[in-house]
Amino acid sequence: MVLLEVHDIVSGYGEVQILWGVSLRLEQGKLTTLVGSNGVGKTTLLRTVMGLLRPWRGAISFRGQDITRLAPHDRASAGLVLVPEGRQLFTEMSVYENLEMGAISRRARPHWKRNIERVFDLLPRLKERRNQKAGTLSGGEQQMLAVGRGLMAEPEVLMFDELSLGLSPVLSLNLFETLQHLKAEGMTMLLVEQNVHMALAVSDYAYVLAEGKIWMEGEARPLAKRAEVRQAYLGI
Amino acid sequence: MILQVQNVTKRFGGLQALTDVTFELPEGQILGLLGPNGAGKTTLFNVINGVYAPEGGRITFRGKEITGWPPYRVAHSGLARTHQVVRPLNELTVRENAMVGACFGRERHSLASAAVVADDVLARVGLTERARQITSSLNVAQKKRLELARALAARPYLLLLDEVLAGLNPTEIALMVETIRRIRDDGVTILMIEHVMQAVMNVSDRVLVLDYGILIAEGRPQEVANDPKVVEAYLGDPKLAQKLLAEEAG
Repeated sequence: MVLLEVHDIVSGYGEVQILWGVSLRLEQGKLTTLVGSNGVGKTTLLRTVMGLLRPWRGAISFRGQDITRLAPHDRASAGLVLVPEGRQLFTEMSVYENLEMGAISRRARPHWKRNIERVFDLLPRLKERRNQKAGTLSGGEQQMLAVGRGLMAEPEVLMFDELSLGLSPVLSLNLFETLQHLKAEGMTMLLVEQNVHMALAVSDYAYVLAEGKIWMEGEARPLAKRAEVRQAYLGI
Repeated sequence: MILQVQNVTKRFGGLQALTDVTFELPEGQILGLLGPNGAGKTTLFNVINGVYAPEGGRITFRGKEITGWPPYRVAHSGLARTHQVVRPLNELTVRENAMVGACFGRERHSLASAAVVADDVLARVGLTERARQITSSLNVAQKKRLELARALAARPYLLLLDEVLAGLNPTEIALMVETIRRIRDDGVTILMIEHVMQAVMNVSDRVLVLDYGILIAEGRPQEVANDPKVVEAYLGDPKLAQKLLAEEAG
């Protein structure tokens, strides 16, 4: 079943057009990845899906309902959750408080106690650091916290913008294992990730974005072997 | 060689923006400068045209060392550039904007002769019909063309182009690429930063790739696109994925 559908989105900033008609679908329970080189429009698409940017044209539907005009907080309440690039934590708050903030929507608030236990089970390091200020965590721990905060919102679709950016290989691997764990639990996810090999290795389905359009799509692992992926990044 | 960059190093506090960058640009070529975001491409432009003085290394332009020269002096010597974010003088006309380039460029025109140069370069970039318009009324593609015209009005021997294709639609990209080719055919050497890969790979005689401030590859577009170091800079390290897949299999 298609949970989220992005249809022919045209979007940009000011006069500058970034997306030239992008369509993609997220199947329930699948991990879908959107890859493509810097500046190609991946974050723009995520911002459009979250309602932080209004598309010039096109439509977004969630569970068959058109949400193109829905405000960002209403989308979050409906279960669309973004783990943003650069984490955007509340650095002066503790780990615990950051997780509480994740559960602020009316959807998630009643279940925050149950969910915080679940996050601590999944990411035990956060439990150890629960009273520490978020700003004093290492980069990897901060990314874990951002993921944990996303989970606190009880997502139906969890989206990640640059999950492993700036992290060491070991920490990146940990986070990807967490993703696989969530996938096994049936979470629907959309991953934007600069390491293409990693994104294609963990995902079920992949879209390659180049020059503001979907360049190619398909089952993720077979795609990893195709030369066109390299062409999308390098032009030839 | 019209331009020689030798062992150039640039730091910003603790950040090593350029490390020991060395390359040469023969006259009449189009050289593409590639690399992921934050690789140091615009910094390299800023070092070449004098916005930043490098901590080490030397820049030689037409046989003369220009390292540490202020930007206006570099401009007078025949090296012009465009900027990634265009900032035309919005309240002037298109023609007047192009005249500014002529007044402060290599030939340092008076206002009267600058107008003649402006009309010539506006024709070359296809903006003749817009010459009398107020610049703020131009669209993005037209502003990018004006940015190019202003640089050309300086009558440069060498032109540095910083992402002139960004934000253009496919038709506008094709037109701009044609314009760049024509400028080169008229005798101007070109060094261009570009993210629109198909276009830059197509138009460049050679390309350079910067990654974390280090030149990791240089050569003809086809060679460079197949260089494993370049593929890794753009697509990421494949080892991690191999490890994950091995864990799964084991």
